[in-house]
Formats: sequence, C-alpha cells, structure tokens
Amino acid sequence: MRNKLNLPADRVAYARSLAERITAPVQDFIDGHSSVTVERATLRLAGADGANSDGVPVPNLVVDRIRAADPTALEDGATLRYVNALVKTGGTVQALNDKIAAGFDVTSMSLGDRKAIEAKADELVAASLRRVKENRGFREGKLEEWKGRNNSPLLYLIVATGNIYEDVKQAAAAAEQGADVIAVIRTTAQSLLDYVPYGATTEGFGGTFATQENFRIMRAALDEVGEKQRRYIRLTNYASGLCMPEIAAMGAVERLDMMLNDSMYGILFRDINMYRTFVDQKFSRMINAYAGIIINTGEDNYLTTSDAFEKAYTVLASQFLNERFAFQAGLEARFQGLGHAFEMDPTIKNGFMYELAEAQMAREIFPEHPLKYMPPTKFMSGDIFKGVAMNTLFNFVSKATDQGIHLLGMLTEAIHTPFMMDRFLAVDNARYVMNYVDGFYDDIEFKQDGIVVGRAHQVLKETIDFMELVEKTGMFDAIEQGLFAEVKRPKDGGKGFEGLVKKGPAYYNPFESGLMRELGLKR
Amino acid sequence: MKVVRPYGDTMDDGKVQLSFTLPVPDGAKGREAARKLVLSWGFKDCEVVHSNPLSAEYSMYVAYGKTESSIDYDSVVADEASADASMDMDGVNEYIRQHIGRKVVIVGACTGFDAHTVGIDAIINMKGYNHHFGLERYPEMEAFNLGAQVPNERLIEYAIKVKADAILISQVVTQKDTHIHNMTEFIELLEAKGVRDKFILVAGGPRIGNKLAVELGFDVGFGRGAYANDVATYIVKKLAEKK
Repeated sequence: MRNKLNLPADRVAYARSLAERITAPVQDFIDGHSSVTVERATLRLAGADGANSDGVPVPNLVVDRIRAADPTALEDGATLRYVNALVKTGGTVQALNDKIAAGFDVTSMSLGDRKAIEAKADELVAASLRRVKENRGFREGKLEEWKGRNNSPLLYLIVATGNIYEDVKQAAAAAEQGADVIAVIRTTAQSLLDYVPYGATTEGFGGTFATQENFRIMRAALDEVGEKQRRYIRLTNYASGLCMPEIAAMGAVERLDMMLNDSMYGILFRDINMYRTFVDQKFSRMINAYAGIIINTGEDNYLTTSDAFEKAYTVLASQFLNERFAFQAGLEARFQGLGHAFEMDPTIKNGFMYELAEAQMAREIFPEHPLKYMPPTKFMSGDIFKGVAMNTLFNFVSKATDQGIHLLGMLTEAIHTPFMMDRFLAVDNARYVMNYVDGFYDDIEFKQDGIVVGRAHQVLKETIDFMELVEKTGMFDAIEQGLFAEVKRPKDGGKGFEGLVKKGPAYYNPFESGLMRELGLKR
Repeated sequence: MKVVRPYGDTMDDGKVQLSFTLPVPDGAKGREAARKLVLSWGFKDCEVVHSNPLSAEYSMYVAYGKTESSIDYDSVVADEASADASMDMDGVNEYIRQHIGRKVVIVGACTGFDAHTVGIDAIINMKGYNHHFGLERYPEMEAFNLGAQVPNERLIEYAIKVKADAILISQVVTQKDTHIHNMTEFIELLEAKGVRDKFILVAGGPRIGNKLAVELGFDVGFGRGAYANDVATYIVKKLAEKK
C-alpha cells in the first residue's frame, strides 16, 4: 500500500509503544481476574444451556449457586463444579442442564477425583473447540468458493424489528439487495442485563434480543440467501455490555462472523464498571480470535458524543488501544475492524477533505485491518434529501480510502427504523458511487503541503499528545478523571462491579488455558 | 381566511411527491396497484414515475399526485412550546440574574431502558448541538446530566437531593409506546411522593410533542429541532412566573 500522507513511521511506532505501556497495567489486572460472565461463557462452551421456568439461564443458575454456597468458591472457577457434577451423575451435558434447570444444585455434590474431572473437561474443551474450528473452516471455505462476489468495502446493513422472524424477512431482502453483512441490532436494555435470555424472541425495544436460538435462526436464513446469491452473507451481533464473553461464545458456536466488541465502550457509554469490562473484553476477544470473528470497535461513539472535528484524536488513540488489547487476546490484525465515522458538522468548510484525511490516515496506520466506517448520524436532521447527499459523500470517502466494512447510512436516520426501501436506496447509492469512483484510491495522490496531508499530521500529533497524558495519568485514573469521551467513571462505580472475581491460586479454567494454547498466548 | 394547498410550480397546483413500498413483485401490475392506491387516498391524478424491485416479493414506487385539499392557514394553531422567539444563551443568563437572582438547577436523564443519550446530551452537555451551547455552559445554571438508562426513581431522588428547579426527561425509543409507559410511571412516582409541584417537568425527544407531554402530566414537551436555549427560555420564564 502506498503511503500518500507521508506520516512519520517513527511517530506511528511511538504511538503503538505508548498503547503498549498504557495497557500493560490493565493486562496485569486482567490476568488476575475472572468475572461471573467469563465463568458463564466458559460453562456455555462446556455445553451449559437452557433455562429454568422463570427464564433464568442454566449458566447463571450454576454460577449464582456456587457463589451463594460460598462467596469465595468462584475463585476456583465455575467449570470445576459443573464438570464434577457431570462426572458424578454420569449422564450427558443435556441431562445435567435439565436437572439444573429443574433445581439441582451442582455444589450439593462433593468434589470427586480431580483427574477424572480434568479428563472430562479436556474432552468438553476438545469438542467445543472442534465445533468452533469447523465453523471457521466452513466460513473460510465459502469465502474461497465465492471469492470476489462480495462488495468491497463490505456493505453492512442493520435490521431491528424486535421480532426475530420479522428480522429474517428484512435481512433476506437486504441480502438480496446486495448487503454483505447483516447486523441484528439488540434490544435497547440488553447491554445491562447480566444474563443472556434463552430461546427465540419476538418482543424487543429498538432491536431484538441476542439469544443463541435467535443466532441460529438468522444464521440459517442468511445461509439460504447466500446459497441463492452465491455470496457469503456475514452475520453480526454485539459482544458488548455485561455479557461480552457469553455472546462471543454463543457467536462462535453458531458461526457469527462479526461482533461489535470494544475494549472501553461499555465503561464510557454504558457505565459498566471499568475493571469488569477489561476482564470481560479479554476473554471475549480470545473466543473471537479462535473463531475467526471480525470485531468491530466503537470509536464512532466518541464522535457522536463529542465534536467530530475537535476530538478526532480520541478516535485514533482508541484505535491504538483497541489494537493493543486485541493483540493481547490473540486477535490478528485482519480480524480487527477498528471503527471510525463520518460525523463532522456538514457546515464546516472543507469538511469533506478532513473526513477524507482521517479515513486515509486510518487506512495507512492500520493497513491490514478491515476498518469499520460508520455513516453520518448526528447531523442527520429529518431532511431526507440532504441525508442522501451526506450519505453519498460518505460513500465516496469510504471507497476513495479503501475501507473494509461500510455501514450504510440511511436517509431516514433520526426519523424511524429503516423502511425496507430505505435500505435498498442505501445499497443502490453505495453501489453507484463505489463503481463510479472504483479506481480513485489507486489513482489519487495528495499535495504534500495541502489540507488533507496537513490534517492527518495534525491528528496524529494530537493523538500522541493525548496518549502521553493518558500514560502519565495511568489508564484507570484517566478514565476516572474523564479524559476519554468527556465522561468520568469512578473505579469502583458502574454496573457489574460485584460480578468481578479474583482468581484464586487454584483457579481452573480449561477453556481459557485451551484457547491460550491454541492462540499461542503466553498470558 | 387564507386558503393554502401544496405548491409544485404553480400556485394551487396541489402537487405532492410520494414514495412507498408494496409487498408485491415489481412490474406493470404493481405500478397500476400503486397508482390506484394513490387515487384512493383522494388524489385527483397520479403518475407513478418510478418503480424498483426490492426483493422477489417487494417493490418500491415514486409517485406524484395532485390534491384538491386545502387548509385555512389562519385557523391553524401550532403545537410548539419552542416559541419562535426563544432567548439566546446570554439572554437567558441575564433573565436569571434579573428575575430569579440565583442559580437555576436542572437535572436531566434519558430514563427507563432508553440508551440513546443524543437528545439529552444535545440539551445539557457543554458542547450542545448545532452551535447552540448546552445548559452546562450557562453560567447562571447548574445542570446535571445523569446519562442513559436511569431509573425514574433514581432521577427523582437525585433531583430532590440537588434541589432541582426542573427535571428533563429524554425519550428517543418509542417502539411499542415504551416512552408513554415510562413517562407515565415517572409522573405517578412524583405524585406518590407528593413532590410533583416542586419541579418544572420537561419531556423531550424526536417523537414527543408538547401536546403529548402535557397530556401525560408534564409542563412542556420539546420535539425535533429544539435547542438548549429553547428549553432554558421556557424553564426560566416558568420559574419567574411561579415565584
């Protein structure tokens, strides 16, 4: 890839070293901790599934009972007790799940022979990793078979009816119209639920519950359209909120292809406890890494909540941090869909050139990453005609800077959830623009003392200044003092803090160690 | 009496542009169905100028119709609390200094399950929106933005604690009327605590008009296009009136 902006390589490398130093103390903390959802994700990978008659999921029943029996017992990991019960009852995982849902308490059984437990656990780990690996193989096979039939960048559309069966219709139509990626947006309250609901759902607010059954239903529907279109249609959901790793586990098992998954989004924009989020994001990313799932990070949120021109450096800083956290979890660059957005005030003079500069800058600094580019939303006003014009320029910048994942802007953004024709018009606009400027990226160069190059250099400089301040302050203190996104989050505040678990000396998590082994992680 | 009709390119031509989707395949039959539908809505002519398949079973249409309907403009009463003549930020601060003589305390949140802070942020956060600074920037105000997904109960407790003059509630998600349930619950909670009259209650959101807000028991509602200074103007005038 040609370097058109002439960004100083040593400064970019320095920013990466800052990211490494900023995240190091966080990694130390993560290594010593688990959380209730990390334990539940592990149980899910082991096969824990189903729910009791009140709708409490089996993984929650297990973890809650272990905690209730002895508040310190989770320090040894939840898998131990679950697998112990499995060995002792001698039945299948399904039979044990049914028993647990009916009221059976895994802690009521004394711990049996450690060797037998570990042997059984190894068996479960092998089976579950095999399934995930097969999913990955299937996806890669289809992508190879239908190579060149997806759009570049990938066209990404959202469905959000609340009813999974209605979502399926909308998603199938969107895929037929040309979408490469379908995201099922989640119901608005789900990020703050400390459990994942069970079964197919038909009621949601502003979106549809992420459940394993819903994943399965949508996966089957998209595979069907994909076969007809001879194009692999990627499915996206949200490994975010209080159940990050559990959603990742469900997605790995049901062959989702992308997950919204940011290292800090929950802390800043959902007021989830910072320690909890850091611990959860690591395990969720290890699962995503093994499953070959592309993460989408949430830098667009910095721009919708603050001024996109003034705070452009917060995006680049967050991209560096997300990249570092992702590498620490074994996630390769080609699976890091680092986020950014076209959110500048449309009245700014030369705004297009600043957007172009920042998108090109992201492309050059993160050359192998499938950058996730988000459309204008903040200044979409209800003037649908102006909205089309803004989306057209967004489409142009995206193609002109070779972005990886392109979330299509809706002309009716800020009015209602998209009509079916709104999605069609978005795809149609993108395809028109992207075909019309197809060779632009390769053909165009920038004046070295011009506006575009100048802007990129300025943002990189501001990013480094900011990251130096964060390093000096310390990551946890920086979040507490409101350095990120102009929001202050106390260390022990926020949701989910009580779900943090300190790993004891005997902490046992064969899935974690299995993933670390497979991913070649030292810590 | 002033009679008005839509204006295309000639006074009183009544021309309207329409676009919609039908759950039928694209084709001559679909276009004729679209045309007849438009006529059935009372339009006198209809020309379907474009159709496109959205999938095997859905198609979209662009159509022009001509209406003879009209409205007596003089008889129209606007449902807009954001009067066209709101004070600007400096005006509001000056008004507070002259008529209230102390800082005005505002608490706002996006309540219930609603996670969309864009509305409350646009009104309260320092930065504001579209060159209208938020209430945090007002030297004569003390504004607290509690963020998203705040339970009604907690918002009320907080408002009592900081002795708020006004409480702002933002509701963006309106699917299945969730905003109505939530706003109603908020008012009921205030009444149960006997503190309804202690506060000026302001509701806001893209789908919330003054009429709906007042019906649900708020003092005022602000919809699309309202800025911090519109909200501030209403609050300080109402506060001065209450005194």
